[in-house]
Formats: sequence, C-alpha cells, structure tokens
Amino acid sequence: MSERHWRIALPVLVLLLVMALWQTLVQIWVIPPYVLPSPALVLSTLVSDAPLLLQSLGVTLITTFLGFLLAAIGGVTLAVAFHQWRPVGYAFYPYAVALQVTPIVAVAPLLLIYLPQQLAVLACAWIVAFFPVLANTTLGLNSVDHNLIALFELYKASRAQILLNLKLPAALPQILAGLRIAGGLSLIGAVVAEIAAGSAGAGSGLAYRIAESGYRLNIPRMFAALLLLSLAGIAIFFLLSAITQRVLGRWHESATPRER
Amino acid sequence: MNVATLDPSRTERPSAAAAAASRGALSISCRDIGVRFFTDRRSVTAIEGLSLDVEAGEFLTLLGPSGCGKSTALRVVAGLSEPSTGTVEWADGKHVRIGFVFQEPTLMPWADVAANVRLPLTIAHADEGKAHAAVAQALDRVGLSEFAGAYPRELSGGMKMRVSIARALVTEPRLLLMDEPFAALDEITRFKLNNDLLTLWRMLKRTVMFVTHSVFESVYLSQRIVVMTPRPGRVFTELTIDAPYPRDELFRTSVEYAVYCRMVSEALEKAMAGAAA
Repeated sequence: MSERHWRIALPVLVLLLVMALWQTLVQIWVIPPYVLPSPALVLSTLVSDAPLLLQSLGVTLITTFLGFLLAAIGGVTLAVAFHQWRPVGYAFYPYAVALQVTPIVAVAPLLLIYLPQQLAVLACAWIVAFFPVLANTTLGLNSVDHNLIALFELYKASRAQILLNLKLPAALPQILAGLRIAGGLSLIGAVVAEIAAGSAGAGSGLAYRIAESGYRLNIPRMFAALLLLSLAGIAIFFLLSAITQRVLGRWHESATPRER
Repeated sequence: MNVATLDPSRTERPSAAAAAASRGALSISCRDIGVRFFTDRRSVTAIEGLSLDVEAGEFLTLLGPSGCGKSTALRVVAGLSEPSTGTVEWADGKHVRIGFVFQEPTLMPWADVAANVRLPLTIAHADEGKAHAAVAQALDRVGLSEFAGAYPRELSGGMKMRVSIARALVTEPRLLLMDEPFAALDEITRFKLNNDLLTLWRMLKRTVMFVTHSVFESVYLSQRIVVMTPRPGRVFTELTIDAPYPRDELFRTSVEYAVYCRMVSEALEKAMAGAAA
C-alpha cells in the first residue's frame, strides 16, 4: 500500500478498534444507556431521531455559514481598511483584539438580552470567526515582497492597483489560512450561542438539542447530536481545505507536492 | 595601460555616439547625490557626493563591495529612492521609460509567465492587442516563447531571471537598470545570460546601468566601469574597457580580458583600502 492509502487506512482502523472496545465494555459490564450508550445505540438513535436532528443540524449550519460569510467579508474588509488607512488601523485594531480575547461564552448571554435570538447567535458566530481572518489578512498584506511593490511604483501603479493586482493576490494564502480557522470557529460560536440561548428557553439548533437531551437524560441522543456536530466540523474543514488547494493550485508551495 | 584617469575622448566610442544620434540623446547626470537613511536614532549615510554621467547607449557598470550603495544609486536613478542631497538630471526630460531588473527575479508567483511579463502594460492600461504582441516579442527576445503559460515555480533560476528581463523590456525602455541580476545564479547560467544580455544590448541599443560586485562580470560586459568606495558610497574611479564587441568565450579566456580584470581588481582594492583608512 502506498503512503496515501495508509494515511486513510490507519485512522479508520483506530476508529474501528475504539468502537469495538467501547461496544464490548458496555456489553460486558452491562452499563445502562443513561450512563454510557453503546456505539450501536448511538447510531440507531441517530437513525430513529434523524428527522429532528437533521432539521436542527440545518439550523446550526445556516447560522454557521452566515457567520462564516460575514466573518470572511468583514475580516478581509477590515484588514484592507486598516492597511490602507493606517490611523483607522491604529484606532480600531486594539478593540478587534479585545473582542477576540473576551470569552464568547461570557458575551453570549449579554447579546441575547439586546438582540433577537437568531441575530444574537449569528453575532456570536461572527465575533469568534472574524478575528483570524482579520489577523491573517493583515499579516498577508504586510508580507508582500518589497521589490514587487517597488516595481509597481516604478510603473506608476495607483494605490488601488497595488492593492488589487499585488497585495490581495499575494495575501491569498494567508487569507485562506484565516478562512480555514474561521470555518471551524464559526461553528463553535454558533454552538456556544445556541447553548446560551437554549438555557434561556428557546431555539432549535443542534446545540440546543444537546442541552435539551441532557435535561431529559436522553444520553444516546446527546451522543448522536454531538456526532453530527463533529461531522459538520470535519466537513467544513475538508471543504475549505479543498477550496484552498483549488485556488492556490499551481503557484503556492503549500499546495504543491514536494520533490523527493 | 593607465586608464585609471578618465580620458573624456575615450568614452566617445562610435557605437555609443551612433546610438545617441539615432535615438535622441539620452544622458543622465547625477550631481552630488547623497542618500541618508534614518533607522531608530541612527543615521546611515549610504551614498555621499556621488557624481556620475551616463551616456546614451552605453553599457555602464557600478562595481563595488556589498554595502557601497551601488544599489541605492540605481534606485535613485529609477526614482524609487529620493536623494537627501543632489539631483539627477535627464538630458531630454524626466519621462524616459525605465526597465528595472532586481537581484531576485521578483515575479508574481500566482501569475503565469505571460501575465508577469505583461505587468507594466497592465498597470498602464495598455491596449489589449498591442500588449499581447509586446509580450510575445519580449518573450521571444529572451528565448522563452514556449513558456508563456508556465508558472514561476515551474521554471529554473535562470529562466525566472529571463522572465524578469523580458518584463523589463516589454515597455521598450530607453534605460535598463540591473541590480546584480545574475548574482544568485550558477556560473554556467550566469555566463549564458551575460552573453544573451550583450546580444540584446547590441540589438536593441538601449542604455544599460548594471550593478555587480563581480570584477569578472563587470569587465566582460561593460564599456565603462565605475568603481565605488564603501560607506559612504562615492565614485572612486572610472575605467574604460576598450575591447571590441561582440565579446564571447574567446574574449573571456583572452590575455586582454585577464589584464583588464587585474586592473579593475587593483582599482577595487584601492577603493576599499581608501575607505578603510
């Protein structure tokens, strides 16, 4: 088998082994499902509760996607604005950092007071996700080859031309790295806000299902919902990685195989 | 052979004079250029009192050790750096087209070869058809017509440098400024590119200002060598290399070449000794 096959086969093997061990232990020690459900029970719950769980997954994914989209647009736009007009950057960058380092779990309840629930959840997803886009885009814009900038100036390029034809394309690898982080974070932001909102008594996202199932001691459903969330996160990561690979394709070191 | 004192009559070579006549005299006078950089609380004098004339059509080399300000001098001529003192005077107005080749190929990795060469025309919003033809011609001149669709990372170091030269040529510049363009290349590639550069220079009859720290490269290429002192950079002496063109491998291995190299080496040594004293 080639290295590529091993890279797929080995993690699958680990998964199967852990599942088998889990299943065996639950059966040998006769652990009741409200303490620890077996993997088989989690899967059958996933199937039987599918309509409810998938609907909730849809709600969470829409929030995640919107949060991610706004974070991508907002992060890149803010980074460009901070970069093009230095005083704006000096004035606002510290507050972007402050927003980032304040734990979102602590902010969510406040947002839920001032904003309609749906909007509050979206705001949480955005707050968590936009900073890596901002920070990475800023790094990318500042790392452009000085000689290329000199070349553009030699040919009397305008500031807009330098931004559009040079700095943004040059920053693309960093922007995409920021987006990959933001994808996972916007899911986290949405989940945190849903749980905060769920305890306030409303909502239908997947995280709310987890909280609700917890109150009802429906542990298999908690595991099933958690599994779905985890799969959603993995899917987002792979989707964004595939997009990165596609966009950087032929030109960036990170996307091309190394000669050996 | 005492050429250390510059005899003005010797710089009037027929080829340079003819080129000047046919293209309208481009000549550049650097008068008493000084460049000072300010890094936190320290000021560094890169160049001081540098005066230099560049004749139309000539191949002029600035030779000096690292840190002698020769690159800075080139950037001042290009208008990329503002001199702290002194002026750069252009015989026929300021708006002469310039091509600049950096020490690194300085290509945009996300754009293919054609798009990289086309960059100066893209910035100037040049007409589509004309730009296409100009790019094709520039690539043909450096022998890379077949690689128009390749990406920089797919090319060798020498080929990347050729792309960089094609990009500098695409606007049909009157003046070509080259900042140690071949310093990072292996010797075989450097010799090949030296020869190709001389062929292009003879064909296109542009003025070339070349910067290098290699005595051998400067003698092989230039009509005139300006030897600079380090810290602060200023002109130590000028030397004329009167060997006829075309120059080829025969010249590179000739006694004449060796004599010129020794002469330039001695001048460079004196320049560095003078600076150290």
